[in-house]
Amino acid sequence: MSTYPLIAVVGNPNAGKSALFNMLTGARQKVGNYPGVTVERKSGRLYLADGRPVELVDLPGAYSLDPSSPDEEVTRDVLLGKQQGERLPDALLIVLDASNLDNHLRFALQLIALGAPTVVALNMVDLARRDGLDIDPVALERELGVPVIETVAVRRRGGDELKEALSASVGAARRLRAGDGAKAEDFAAIQRRARAIAKLVTVSEREVRRSTQIIDSIALHPVAGPLIFVGIMFFMFQAVFAWSEAPVNWIEALVAATQGAVAGIIPDGLLRSLLVDGVLAGVGAVIAFLPQILILFLFILVLEASGYMVRAAFLMDRLMARVGLSGHAFIPLLSSFACAIPGIMATRTIEDPKHRLTTILIAPLMTCSARLPVYGIIIGAFIPARSIGMGIGLQGLVLFGLYVLGVLGALVAALVLRFTVTRGAPRGFMMEMPKYQLPRARDIAIGLWSRTLIFLKRAGTIILVSTVILWALLAFPQPKPGETALDSSIAGKVAGALEVVVRPIGFNHEIALALIPAMAAREVAVSALATAYSIQADDSDEGSRVIEDRLRGRWSLPTALAFLAWFVFAPQCLSTVAVTRRETNGWKWPAFMLGYLFALAYVAAGAVYWGAVALGL
Amino acid sequence: MSLDQLPFRTPATVTGIDWSRLSEPDARRLRNLGFDEGVRIEALHGAPFGRDPLAIRIGRMTVAMRRLQAQAISVEAGGQ
Repeated sequence: MSTYPLIAVVGNPNAGKSALFNMLTGARQKVGNYPGVTVERKSGRLYLADGRPVELVDLPGAYSLDPSSPDEEVTRDVLLGKQQGERLPDALLIVLDASNLDNHLRFALQLIALGAPTVVALNMVDLARRDGLDIDPVALERELGVPVIETVAVRRRGGDELKEALSASVGAARRLRAGDGAKAEDFAAIQRRARAIAKLVTVSEREVRRSTQIIDSIALHPVAGPLIFVGIMFFMFQAVFAWSEAPVNWIEALVAATQGAVAGIIPDGLLRSLLVDGVLAGVGAVIAFLPQILILFLFILVLEASGYMVRAAFLMDRLMARVGLSGHAFIPLLSSFACAIPGIMATRTIEDPKHRLTTILIAPLMTCSARLPVYGIIIGAFIPARSIGMGIGLQGLVLFGLYVLGVLGALVAALVLRFTVTRGAPRGFMMEMPKYQLPRARDIAIGLWSRTLIFLKRAGTIILVSTVILWALLAFPQPKPGETALDSSIAGKVAGALEVVVRPIGFNHEIALALIPAMAAREVAVSALATAYSIQADDSDEGSRVIEDRLRGRWSLPTALAFLAWFVFAPQCLSTVAVTRRETNGWKWPAFMLGYLFALAYVAAGAVYWGAVALGL
Repeated sequence: MSLDQLPFRTPATVTGIDWSRLSEPDARRLRNLGFDEGVRIEALHGAPFGRDPLAIRIGRMTVAMRRLQAQAISVEAGGQ
């Protein structure tokens, strides 16, 4: 792919760049990282009108070539040929929001001054028209000196014309000049020229009351706003449980059927045990939570695409300011509910280094999707599935409580950190609030699909490997007569040592055992428990393969609750540690993170266990 | 008057920005968002609990900003 001409898609945040990129490349996208930084590099192949293939790269949205965040720095460095691991683009595709021309033209003028072959996509012309704004593309083309194509990326309009214009431009004599910056014109002059051009090409501008302002007057209302916010959050977490019930049952039934089929074909022995008790029990238990994880991602993607996410950040700014952060931190933290890794990467949009470090350190406290399998199993086994009225289930309420506990823990942690290790000057909160938009099913689907792939890859690699290793550690050496399989195994012996430490907080031998491989990833705890109890079970137990039933008989309620509390805080995820190391350039902060979170987990689990015992639960 | 004193829903024009009152990164962000003398501006909403931060319309864009930063921006109601 690297030999094809490279076209960089650039523009302001909220110009509809990603939708345009999706329209041009479809699902043929490659998501990677720039070496040394964790800024996502999204690229895809496109065939131009003349049949030539080109590589399209979607650069992070930026306001100017004078970057104010690590994300924007990548955009500048790619355009100036200074980004490691990226060639100098052969052409630029600038995306402009037609309804926000004066703001977006500023960056466009800087980009055009770089001298590369350039095509401008005048995007969202439909929204502009709805807002009573008519832009003359011919006049804009004349003023900018580069081809201007009207597009409506979300409706897939203008794609052919863009390919046409790009074929004419790519390979033209003009070249991006590596290394020369934005000093050609001073910023104030560009500012004024942008405004002048915007005025000139605007044919008519009626003052209409824009739908965004009407929605905002409700969504940001002093009373209604917070209620709507809490309602959306609560609905989201209820839905994760309620909507996933049926698909989870299907997957569990499928796994059980496969286990039965395998057991029928392969004679009793080590191989059968490996496949049925190791691979299928372990990976199956985790795959069963794919529906919940996808529902959560669906909500986050929709909130982001609709523009509500920034409003949520706006509403949360005051609260975040109380703990020394800003509304900026809210978006990475909400992403961390899906997974701390994209969450920690999203902190790159936070300008202040101390704010950013604090956000990274508390991100693992947000209840990520890897905890859902753990919570799901325990809640399913120990919390009765009854309604407490108004369509609210007790199980969903407990889950909500666990989320709240994580958030409160994070807020307190942030406050303490900002007064101690990440103390720094206060900073403002400045952020563009994009127009509300109806999310397009196609863009959401592409987002969900890439998350599914990531999850399945994890299940197929990290989780499969650690499950099989754990199975081996559990299965060998084989028990002598009069010994249980668990006690004689290697894993059993290691867990025995750990058990001494976790016994005071109500954990048993099997939990100690599950915590070890769960260091790789939290959800492995579920497959580890499944494997442990599967191996422990004698053949009379064959009928009930469902892990919940096995736990119910073997754990006390205080132990189950302590186990939940432990996972609210425990930093059991190697990928999070790795990404923290990369983002903070060293082992100091990941080591600190592990230390303070394990300490919190231990104290919380202990408090819950003894509290529950005292209450006679 | 400064932007944080401007009543909601009152169109105004920026008459000056005291860049020295802003930290360097805040100033850069403000410039990149298009704040400049002569720009039309309007305070649209304030967040619950203290009406801080503010949602400010600039051109056809809405920007969130805390009152502390808004104090550095001088405005005149009406204009143009």
